[in-house]
Amino acid sequence: MSATAFGWLVLLFPLLGSLSIALGWRVLPGRSAGWIATAAIGLAFACSVAACVQLLGEPTDARQLTSSLYDYASAAGIDIRLGILVDPLSVLMCLIVSGVSTLIHLYSVSYLTSDEGFARYFSYLNFFVFSMLLLVLAGNFVLLIVGWAFVGFASYALISFWYRRATATAAGMKAFVINVIGDIGLVLAAFLIFRELGTFDYLSAFDAAQGSFDVDEGVIVAICLLICVGAFAKSAQLPLHSWLPDAMEGPTPVSALIHAATMVTAGVYLIARTWPFFELAPTAADVAAWVGLATLIFAATVALVVTDLKRIIAYSTISQVGYMIVAVSIGAYAAGMFHLMTHAFFKALLFMAAGSIIGAMAGRQDIDRMSGFRRAMPFTSLVLIVGALALAGFPGMSGFFSKDEIIGFAFERGGMYSVMGVGMYLAAFLTAFYAFRIGFRVTRGEPCAEARELEQGHLAHGEPRNPMTGELEDTEVGFPGPEHHIAERELPMKAAMSVLTVLSVIGGVLQIPGVDEAITRFLEGSFEGSALFETSVPVGQEWAGLAIGGLISIAGISLAYYCYVVRPGITVRLAERRRRLHSFLAHKWYWDELLDTIVYRPTIAVGRFADSVIERVVVNGLVNGTVGVVRGVGGLVRGAQSGFVRAYALLLVTGFAALGLYFLVVSS
Amino acid sequence: MDVSWYLVLSALLFAIGAGGVLIRRSPLVILLCLELMLNAGNLALLAFSRANGNEDGQVFALVVMVVAACEVVVGLGLIVAMFRRRLPLNVDDMRELRG
Repeated sequence: MSATAFGWLVLLFPLLGSLSIALGWRVLPGRSAGWIATAAIGLAFACSVAACVQLLGEPTDARQLTSSLYDYASAAGIDIRLGILVDPLSVLMCLIVSGVSTLIHLYSVSYLTSDEGFARYFSYLNFFVFSMLLLVLAGNFVLLIVGWAFVGFASYALISFWYRRATATAAGMKAFVINVIGDIGLVLAAFLIFRELGTFDYLSAFDAAQGSFDVDEGVIVAICLLICVGAFAKSAQLPLHSWLPDAMEGPTPVSALIHAATMVTAGVYLIARTWPFFELAPTAADVAAWVGLATLIFAATVALVVTDLKRIIAYSTISQVGYMIVAVSIGAYAAGMFHLMTHAFFKALLFMAAGSIIGAMAGRQDIDRMSGFRRAMPFTSLVLIVGALALAGFPGMSGFFSKDEIIGFAFERGGMYSVMGVGMYLAAFLTAFYAFRIGFRVTRGEPCAEARELEQGHLAHGEPRNPMTGELEDTEVGFPGPEHHIAERELPMKAAMSVLTVLSVIGGVLQIPGVDEAITRFLEGSFEGSALFETSVPVGQEWAGLAIGGLISIAGISLAYYCYVVRPGITVRLAERRRRLHSFLAHKWYWDELLDTIVYRPTIAVGRFADSVIERVVVNGLVNGTVGVVRGVGGLVRGAQSGFVRAYALLLVTGFAALGLYFLVVSS
Repeated sequence: MDVSWYLVLSALLFAIGAGGVLIRRSPLVILLCLELMLNAGNLALLAFSRANGNEDGQVFALVVMVVAACEVVVGLGLIVAMFRRRLPLNVDDMRELRG
C-alpha cells in the first residue's frame, strides 16, 4: 500500500473508535470502551509508522504525496477536495500525536475507571485524536480549518468533561471562545490566500506564492499575521494564552494529551506548514518570534510562583510552546519540530506523574500541601524527576538537545536574533528552577499526611472536592468516585509512564549535532527550497551552545536544590520581602485583570446599555406602541360585536338598503 | 302582464322575509324567512327573464335553488345539533361571539 493509503487509515481508525464507542456504549461491558479506544489509536500509530516507512522508500524530492477521496466543491475556479498531504512534516506530527495518544489512552483506562462518564470520555478522546490527525494531514486550507475547529470542540468537550463543576464548564467556554478568535484569523487568512492565489490547496498555493508576492508585500504580511492569530490562539501565546491554565479543570490525562503534548502544538505545526508564506514575509515572522519570546519569558516567570501543581505545568507548557513558536518563526524548523516532539514526551510524562500525585492527594492540587512522596511513591517520584530533568534540559536528556538547538540557531542568525537567544537562555534558567520547584517540593522533605498514609499501605480516599472552590463534587454524574487510583499500582498507568520515561531520556539521540541529525534529514522533503532550512549551525558552535545550556540548567537545578532542600523556607521569606513583585507574578502579570478591564467589562457595559436602553426603551416601545394602537382601535369597534344575530342582520339589511338608496339617487 | 306586478310581489315577499329574519327569534323561522327572501329574488329573476325573452335568468334561478337547498341542509343540520344538545332554540341566547 502507498503512503497515502496509510494516511487515510490513520484517520479512519480513531473515527471508527469514536463512533463505535459513542453509539455502542450501552452494550460495551466494563472497561472495554477504553480498550477499544486504545486499540484504535494504537492502530493509527501503526499506520503512521507504515506511512513513514513507505515515505522513506521514496527519493527525498518525491516525498510530498497527495491523495483525494472526494471533490467537495468544484466550480467557478474553486476546487476543494477532501484531500490529504502526506509528507515528512505531517508524518512526523502523526507519529508524535498517535504515539503519545496511545500511551495516554492506556493511562486513562486506569485513571478514569471509577468515573461514570468512562465511555463518553473515550469517545471524546478518540474524536480529539481524529480531529488532530485531520488537522495535521489536511491537504488544503479548507480541510485544515475543519480539523482546526473539530480540535477546538474536542478540547471544549474534554475541559468541561466534569460538567457538574461550574469552574470546569466556565473554563471550557473560555477555551472555546478564545479558540474561535483564532479560527476567525485562520478563516480570514484562507480567504485572503484564495483571493490572491486562487487556490486552497497547500502545494499549489505555495508554488503560486513564490511568483505572486514580493518579499514583505503588504498582503502576504497580512496573511501571515492572520495565520499567527490562529496559531497563537491554539498554542496559547500572548495575548490569547489565558485559556490554557484554566483548561487544567479537565481530567489530568486530557491536560497531558491536549493541553501539553498535541493540540497546543497545532500552532507550531501551522507556522512550519506555511513556511513558504513566512519566508516571503520576514516582518510577520519576526513579529511571531518576538511574541513567542515574550510568551516564553512571561510564562516561565509565572510558573515560579503559581502553587497549583497542574497550573505550574500549564504555564511551563505555554513557555515551551513559546520556544517552538520562536523556532519555527526564525526558520529553525527542524529544531522546532524536534522540540515539539521531545516536549510531547516529557510534558505528557510530567502530567502523568502529576495525575498520579493528585490521585494520591485525593484530588488536591496545591503543592504547598505536598511533600515527601519519595518513599510513598518511589516510581512516581522517579518519573517526576526524570520529566523535570528533561524539561530543565539537563545534559543528555531529550530537552537538552532540542532546546539548545533552537537557541543555537538564533545565535547563528545573529543581530536581533541573538537578543532572542539571550532571552531564551534566561528563560531556560527559570525553567530549570521551576521544574525542580515541582520536583523537590513534591518528592523531598517531610512526608505530608497523605504520603504517610500511603507509606503505611493505605490509600488516600478523600471526598473529591473542587480544588478551585473547595465544594464537594457530585460523584453521581461523571466524576471519579471516592476511589482514586494510585498510578504506581495500576499496570496500564505504570506501563504508559515507563515508556514515556524512556522516551524522555533517550528522545534526544535522534538529533545530536554532528552525529545523526535524523529529524533534519527526514524533514528535508517538506522544506525544499527554503533558504533558512539550509542554514546550518557549525557543529563546534552548537556544542559550545549545548555546554552553556547544560551549565545554565545545572545552575537552575542547584538553585532550586538550595532553596527547597538545603534551606527550605527561604522562598517564603523572599516572597514576603518582595511582596509586590510576588503578587505581580502570582496574579499572572494581572493579565486576566487587564482582559477583564479592556474586553470583558466594556462588553458587559455595552450589553447592559443595549438591554436597558435599546431593548427596553426602543424595541419594547415600538412593540408595545403597536400593541396599544391595535388594542385602542379594537376597543372602539368591539361595541358592534354584540353577539346578537339579529342585530347583525339588521346592520346588514340597513347597509344594503343604504347602498341601494345611494345608487338610486346617483343613477337618477 | 306588466313586469312591475311581479316585481312588486317580489319586493313584498323580500320585505316579509327580511322582517321575519329581523324579528323572529327561532332559528327555524329565521331559516324559513331566509328562503322567502331567496325566492323573492328568484321571482324577480324570472320576471326579468320573461320580460326580456332571455333564458339566462331562469338558469340562474335554478342555481339559486340548488344553493338554497344546500344552505337549508346545513342550517337544519345545525338546528338539529342544537336540539340534541338541548341548547335553547333562541338566537338571542347564543351570544358566544360577543366581542
